[in-house]
Amino acid sequence: MANTYTNLRYKYWPDHIFGELLQKQWMETVVPLLVLVITALYFSSRIDNFISISNLADTLRQASELGFVVLGMSLVLIVGGIDLSVGSIFALCNLTVLYCMNVLQLPVGATIAIGLLMGGFLGGINGFLIGYMRMRAFLTTMVTLIVFQAVHLMLNFKLAVAISSALPDSDLWDFIGSGSILSIPFVVWVFALIAIASHIFLTRLRSGWRVMAVGGNRRSAYNVGLSVNRIVALSYVASGVFVAISAIFYASRLASAGADTGKGLEITVLTAAILGGIRLGGGKGSVTKAVLGTLIILLITNGLLRLAVPAGASRVILATILLLAAALDIRWFKNRHKAVEEFYVSPSYLELPQLAPDATGPASAYALNDRLRHVETIGLGEVEAPEDVILDEEDNLYCGSRHGEIIRFFAPDYKRHEVYARIGGQPLGMTFDDKKNLYVCVGGMGLYRVTSDRKVEKVTDETNRSWLSVVDDSRLRLADDLDIAPDGRIFFSEATVRYEMHEWPTDSLEGRGNGRIICYDPRTNKTTTVLRNLIFPNGIVISSNRQSILFAESWNCSIKRFWFDGPKAGQVEFVIRDLPGYPDNINRASDGNYWLALMGMRCPAFDLAMRKPAFRRRMSKQLPGDEWLAPNINTGCIVKFNEQGQILDVLWDEGGVNHPMITSMREHRGYLYIGGISNNRIGRLKLDGADRTFVSSRHAYV
Amino acid sequence: MLGGVAFDQQIIVGMLFAIIFTGFSLALPGFLTIGNLFTLMRTVAVLGILGLGMAIVVIGRGIDLSMIAALAVPSGVTLAVAAAGYGLIASLAAGIAFAIAIGILNGFLVAYAEIPPLFTTLAVGIGVAGVGQSGLFEYDIVPWPPSLNSIAWIGRGALLGIPYSVLAFAAAAVVVAIFLRRTRLGLFVYSIGDNLNAARIAGFAVRPMVVLQYILSACIALFAGLVLSASSSNMDTRIFNLTWIYDVILVVVLGGIGLSGGRGGVLNVLLGTLLIGTIVNGMTILDISFEMQNFIKGMVLLAALLLDSIINPRNEETAQQGDI
Repeated sequence: MANTYTNLRYKYWPDHIFGELLQKQWMETVVPLLVLVITALYFSSRIDNFISISNLADTLRQASELGFVVLGMSLVLIVGGIDLSVGSIFALCNLTVLYCMNVLQLPVGATIAIGLLMGGFLGGINGFLIGYMRMRAFLTTMVTLIVFQAVHLMLNFKLAVAISSALPDSDLWDFIGSGSILSIPFVVWVFALIAIASHIFLTRLRSGWRVMAVGGNRRSAYNVGLSVNRIVALSYVASGVFVAISAIFYASRLASAGADTGKGLEITVLTAAILGGIRLGGGKGSVTKAVLGTLIILLITNGLLRLAVPAGASRVILATILLLAAALDIRWFKNRHKAVEEFYVSPSYLELPQLAPDATGPASAYALNDRLRHVETIGLGEVEAPEDVILDEEDNLYCGSRHGEIIRFFAPDYKRHEVYARIGGQPLGMTFDDKKNLYVCVGGMGLYRVTSDRKVEKVTDETNRSWLSVVDDSRLRLADDLDIAPDGRIFFSEATVRYEMHEWPTDSLEGRGNGRIICYDPRTNKTTTVLRNLIFPNGIVISSNRQSILFAESWNCSIKRFWFDGPKAGQVEFVIRDLPGYPDNINRASDGNYWLALMGMRCPAFDLAMRKPAFRRRMSKQLPGDEWLAPNINTGCIVKFNEQGQILDVLWDEGGVNHPMITSMREHRGYLYIGGISNNRIGRLKLDGADRTFVSSRHAYV
Repeated sequence: MLGGVAFDQQIIVGMLFAIIFTGFSLALPGFLTIGNLFTLMRTVAVLGILGLGMAIVVIGRGIDLSMIAALAVPSGVTLAVAAAGYGLIASLAAGIAFAIAIGILNGFLVAYAEIPPLFTTLAVGIGVAGVGQSGLFEYDIVPWPPSLNSIAWIGRGALLGIPYSVLAFAAAAVVVAIFLRRTRLGLFVYSIGDNLNAARIAGFAVRPMVVLQYILSACIALFAGLVLSASSSNMDTRIFNLTWIYDVILVVVLGGIGLSGGRGGVLNVLLGTLLIGTIVNGMTILDISFEMQNFIKGMVLLAALLLDSIINPRNEETAQQGDI
C-alpha cells in the first residue's frame, strides 16, 4: 500500500521539472517579469484605474522615454562599466535640441541630427577617457556628470529666456512630441523598433557578441584579439546617443529648459537596470531585462505618486527595492549552480522483481564459474575503455578508446594496431553496414559513420524535440548502442537525456525513464524518437525475426522487445524481466541466440534504495557526490539467452582478474571477443562447437 | 612605505598643490594672508572630516556614498532629541545610535549580502535621506537647541585665532591617523583593502571588519554634521544631494588614496583637502560663479585621474574583473 502510494506519487508528480527549470537561462528573465506582474497587481488592487487604456498610453510614453536611457545604461553595464553622467548628458542634449529648434529655427531633421551628435560627442568624451585612457568608469562618469552639469547650468542661464520666448512652428516636431499611430504614442513605436534592433544586435550579430565577450571576461576578450578599448569606448558613445534620443522626445514634448532637467536620472536608470536583472560588473544582461526593469520602476514610481506617498517615504521604498533586488540578484548568481545541483537530481520509485538469495548459486541459471579467467588478452595496456568491439570480414578487430579514437588491431595475431579513425568523442556501440561503413554511437556527440575509406562523417546529432520536455531533448547526449534493420534504418539507444556521459552514476540513482530509442532513416535522412521513458536503454540488436529489436534497460535489469514492423508494430514486451545484474550490449550468437553482457550485479541494498526515492533525494542533497550509493559494477558476466528469454549459458571471471566489468562481447569465427568500458584490454575466448564461419559484422539478413 | 603607487600620486598632488598655492599667492592679492588662510581652512574643515571617514572605507576597498545622509539625519536627530528636552548624553547617544545603525546596514549589505558598496551606499543614502524627510523632524531645517550649547564650541569660535572647526578637523585627523597606523584594526583595514581574499585566508574576520569600516565612516559623518550644525546653528536635513559627496570623493582621490584600496592615509586626505580648499578659495576670491567652480573642479579631478592612469596604467592583466 505504502509502496503503491510512493509509486503513484513519483510517477505523476514531476519532481525533475523543478531542477530543469532552474537550469534554464530564461529563468533569469522570469524573475523580473514576476516582479513586474506582482507590482502591477498590487497597485491595481490599491488604485482604481491604475491600468486603464488612457493610463497605459501615458505609462508607455514615459516608459519609452526612460527606456532609451536604460538601454544605453544596460549596454554600458554589460560591457562592465557604468555611466553616471546620463542625467547631465540628457540635460545638455535637451538644451541643444531646444536651442536649435526654438532659437536657431533649424529644420527638424537637422535638429535631431545635431542632438544625436551632441549625445554621441558627450558619450565619446566618457568613452575616450574610460576606453582609451583606461580611467575608472565610476569616477570618470561621476566627474563628467559634474562637469556637464556645470556646463548645462551656465548655458541654461544664458539661453533659457531665448528658448522659452520662441515656439517652433513645425507639425513634424509636434508629432514627435505628442503624435500617435494607432493611438499608441509615436515614441513607443520608435522605442519598440530600437529595442528590437538592440536585441538583435546583442544576441544575433557578431559585434553584439563581442560586446558580451568584453563584459564577460575582459582579459580573455583581449587575449583573443578583440579591440577591448574600442568596444568599451563605443559603448559609452552608444549610451550618449540613447540618452540623446530620449532627450529629443522629451524636448519635443515639454519644450522646457529647466535647470533641474535630468537631475537624479542616473539613480532611476540604474535602479531600473538592476531591477531588470542586469548585472553590475558586466557580461550579463539583455534588452528584455532592461525593458522589464524600466516598466517595474515606472509602475512603482507612478503607483507611489498616485497613492500620494510622501517624497521621503517613496525614497525609502525605492532604496529598499534597489537593495533587495541587488541582494537577490547577487546571492542568486553566486549560488545558482548549488541550487541547480540540489534540485536537479530527482530520484523516482523503481521496484525490481525480488532478487533471489541464491541468484548466482550452483543451482541457478547464473551459477558462478571461472571460464573467463584464462582468456587471451589483446592489446593489454594499449587500449583504454573499449566499450564495444567488432570484427570485419578480414578478421581485423575494431574497438573504441577513451581518447576519442577507433583502434584497429590487425589479424591474425592482433599484435599490431593503428588508429583507424579519430572521432573526438568516446566511441560506444559500433556496427558495420553491408558496404563496410562503420557506424558508431559517440557519447556526447551522436551517431557517426566511418566510411570504408576511413572518412569520419556525422550521421545525426539531433532528433525531434518533444513538446513537453523542459530539458532540450533534441540534442543527443549519450548515444549508446545501435543496430541496422534490414531496410537500412538504424535504431540506436540514448541512455539518458538528463545527464552527460560521465554522469551516468547519477542517472542510475534516479531510476527514471530518462532514456529513449531513436531511429535514423537514411532514405529520408530523418531522425525520430520511437520510444521514450526507458530506464537507461543500452544494448540493441535486431532480432532474428527481422521485425523487432531487443534492447536492454540497464537500471531496470530487463530485456525488452520492440516491434518496429509486422503485425505487432509499435508494441513493447518483456523478454527477460528479472536479470540479477545490469545488462549492457546485446549481440547475436552464431547459433541464432543472443549474447548479453552484464556490466554489474544487483545487490539487495541498492534495490531497496531504488524503492526509497526520498532517501536517495536526501542522500543527493546532503552528501557529496563521491559518497552516494552507486550500482555495483565491479563484477559482471556474459550471458547467452534465446528468443524466449531463457538463459542458456553464463561465463564468469569469478575473481575479477581479467574481466571484472564487461560491457560488450562479439562472437567471430569461433571466438568470443570481450570489451569493457573500464578495462585496458580485450579478451578472446575460444568457443567450443561454435560456427567457424560466423562473422560478427555480418547481418543475419544478408 | 606603501609602495610606489601612493608615493607617485602623493608627489603629484603635492606639486600640484604647491604650484596652485604659489600661483594664487603671487597672482591674487589678499590670498596669502593669515585671515584668508583660516577662512580657507574653515570652509573645508567639514569636507576634510568627511574625507577622513571616506578614507577609511576607501582604503578598505569600499566607498561610502551615504555619508551626506549620515551627516544630515543623525545629527538632525541629535538636535531634535535635545530640543525635545532630553539631556546632552541622551541626545548624543540617539545620534550615535542612528549613525551606527546606518553603518551596520551599509556594512551588512556590503559584507554579507555582497552588494557592491557603490550601490549599497547609494541606496542606503537615498533611504536614510528619505527617512529624514518622512516626518522625523518637524521642519526640514532643525535648529540648534540651546540645551546643546555646551558643545556648540566645536563649530564656533576660535582658539588662538584658529577656528575650532579646523581644530576639530585636526583632532579627527589625529584620531583617524592613530587608528589607521597604530592599531591592529587599522592594519586589518589596509590588508583587507590590499587583498580581501588573502586577508580572509590569513584568518582575519573580514566581514565584521567591513561592517566596522562603515560604522566608523557613519560616526565620522555624524561628527562632521555636529560641527557643521554648530557653526551654522542649524542642520538643513535637505542637504542630501549628490554633488557634495562628489566633493568628498574628490578630496580622497585627489589626495592620492587609490580607489582600489590598501593605499594612502590621513596625509593624503589633508593634501586633498588643502588642494580643494586652495582652489575653491582662489576661485572665490576671483569671483568665479558656482557652476564655473564646479566645472574647474571637475576638470582638475579629470586631469588628476588621467595623470594617475598614465603613471599607473591599468590594462587587461592588472585590472580586476567587474571593477568599475
